[in-house]
Amino acid sequence: MGKSSPARDHVAAAAVRTVNRLSRMTGRGSGTVVGGRVGMKIAPDLVASLSSGRTVILVSGTNGKTTTTSMIVAGWGGSVTTNETGANMPAGHVAALVESKSEHVALEVDEAWLADTLASTRPSVVVLLNLSRDQMDRANEVRHLAERWRKALEAHDDAALVVVANANDPLVVYAAEVRANTVWCDVPTSWLADALSCPKCTLAISHVGSAWHCTCGFAKPAKVTTTLGEELVIDGTPVTLDLVMPGEFNRSNAAMALTALHCVHVELDEAVRRVNAIPSVVGRFSVRRWNGHVLRLLLAKNPSGFAAMLATLPEDGSDVWVAINARVADGHDPSWLYDAPFEMLRGHRVYCFGDRRLDLATRLDYGQVDFVVVDDDASVPTSKETISLLANYTAFSDWLARSES
Amino acid sequence: MTTICVLYPDLLGTYGDGGNGLALAERARRRGLDVELVNVTLNDEVPDAALYLLGGGEDGPQRLAADLLRTSSFASRVRDGANVLAVCAGLQILGTTFCVEGDDEYEGVGLVDVVTSRGERRSVGELATRVGDQLLVGFENHGGRTVLNGAEALGTVLKGRGNDGKLDGYRMKNIWATYAHGPVLAMNPWFCDEILSVVYGVELEPLASVADRLYEERRRVLSA
Repeated sequence: MGKSSPARDHVAAAAVRTVNRLSRMTGRGSGTVVGGRVGMKIAPDLVASLSSGRTVILVSGTNGKTTTTSMIVAGWGGSVTTNETGANMPAGHVAALVESKSEHVALEVDEAWLADTLASTRPSVVVLLNLSRDQMDRANEVRHLAERWRKALEAHDDAALVVVANANDPLVVYAAEVRANTVWCDVPTSWLADALSCPKCTLAISHVGSAWHCTCGFAKPAKVTTTLGEELVIDGTPVTLDLVMPGEFNRSNAAMALTALHCVHVELDEAVRRVNAIPSVVGRFSVRRWNGHVLRLLLAKNPSGFAAMLATLPEDGSDVWVAINARVADGHDPSWLYDAPFEMLRGHRVYCFGDRRLDLATRLDYGQVDFVVVDDDASVPTSKETISLLANYTAFSDWLARSES
Repeated sequence: MTTICVLYPDLLGTYGDGGNGLALAERARRRGLDVELVNVTLNDEVPDAALYLLGGGEDGPQRLAADLLRTSSFASRVRDGANVLAVCAGLQILGTTFCVEGDDEYEGVGLVDVVTSRGERRSVGELATRVGDQLLVGFENHGGRTVLNGAEALGTVLKGRGNDGKLDGYRMKNIWATYAHGPVLAMNPWFCDEILSVVYGVELEPLASVADRLYEERRRVLSA
């Protein structure tokens, strides 16, 4: 990496803006990543120079990054620089940092880029949500990822960094326990299939209620700052959490977002009021119309995401639509369908959409769930009911693009 | 009652490996065959079973699974004729030695005379294997290179890497092993039924289901 030069950084930032504007004008892209790449060619340490002097909060984890980052932006109030399109690697960070000069910055970070982004942005707070299996054909195995997080946090030389970490995810605790000033959040975390074997010694972790420990001594942190049950309490202060968005997992995301804001001295009463009012995030949970149907769009990308999202469905036997692709951004291997608890859909009829609808239908069939393979989208009979449509990453984008608000 | 036992899904269940037990049990049930599907986790004793299933896992858990299997009744039960389907890490564990965390050699269960070393690069992608006059389709994701010392391969690789780019898995009288991980039996109904017919000792009539359509689609895609 070359030495930073203000003149070169200035040229690089201008190039990012120009290329992104051209990209949007020509309709060739959403204009967030390509400009960032050009800028970093000119000035490789552009993220560092653009972050300098600003208050940065980073958010990483397998699920909930985009939603939690949006909650931090909303809760902070005023102008906040953020990568809201989900472009969560350095080129996306550069684009976001160039677009807005706001002093407050909230960035979501791809799990594999956490070490680099910690070093370049030197954040005030990093929020670590959870780690579970996801896109295993292109990403790292999840325990290896936890090891990399731990090493990055060990190596980080800024003692003032506050880590806001989920105390109920053993892989997150393994990574975050190396910091002296980690702020632990005791928030409901339902997915434990990747943390049954201890990240330290591989023996079985015992989970009793929300407590957990291994015989080697590795255990849930005793001193937690944030607890979320019926009530949310942050650092001794009760906070009235009443989200418009559904789902227990979103309550956990909000608790961690608010804890991060508390760490940068944002007033909690004001922040929670703004977080409560968020109706949807980048189309997620939004109600859309398509071809005479009314659809509620739900994003679920991996087993833990499906487990969380399936738990939000009404138990009324209503039809459910599920769309599954296995393109690059989804991971090419849909084996994970067998790790997701689709048995929760027994009693519903499930319409199977997407490139890999036959993989989904086979999964449902073996799980004794009633299904229909939809080869012709126009063939599905319309109803007045709002239908829940669960889709993985590219399938969700397809449905967001083809439907109307 | 015929018991199908999924061994250590908490250690070896990384890639949807639970799908194999599900497919076997469901296809048995639909034919009116008695079946019991049992999950054995790492603090449990290995029970008596007609078929054991071993899946894929990361380095640390794979090492622990090998230790548990070496010291349990598993090996003697298999020598006495119990059947095994071993996938990915499971395939490596049944052999003499395998490699974890770099090039450290680790002792396997030693039921099959095969040795796995660290491959030059990771094998990630679609896998298609010719098994007799059938095609086995699936997905592989592993870092091993497996050499068969006299053991018979399950089949020859048409697409992907398998053991070494030429052969995939191995096949003994009561053991099937492949690098096609996760729900390989869900995706290949013929393979699922072949194992069932050995386990139950009966000829099985074909059983129509949506898995046939999935298999045809994957076969078409992987043959292209």
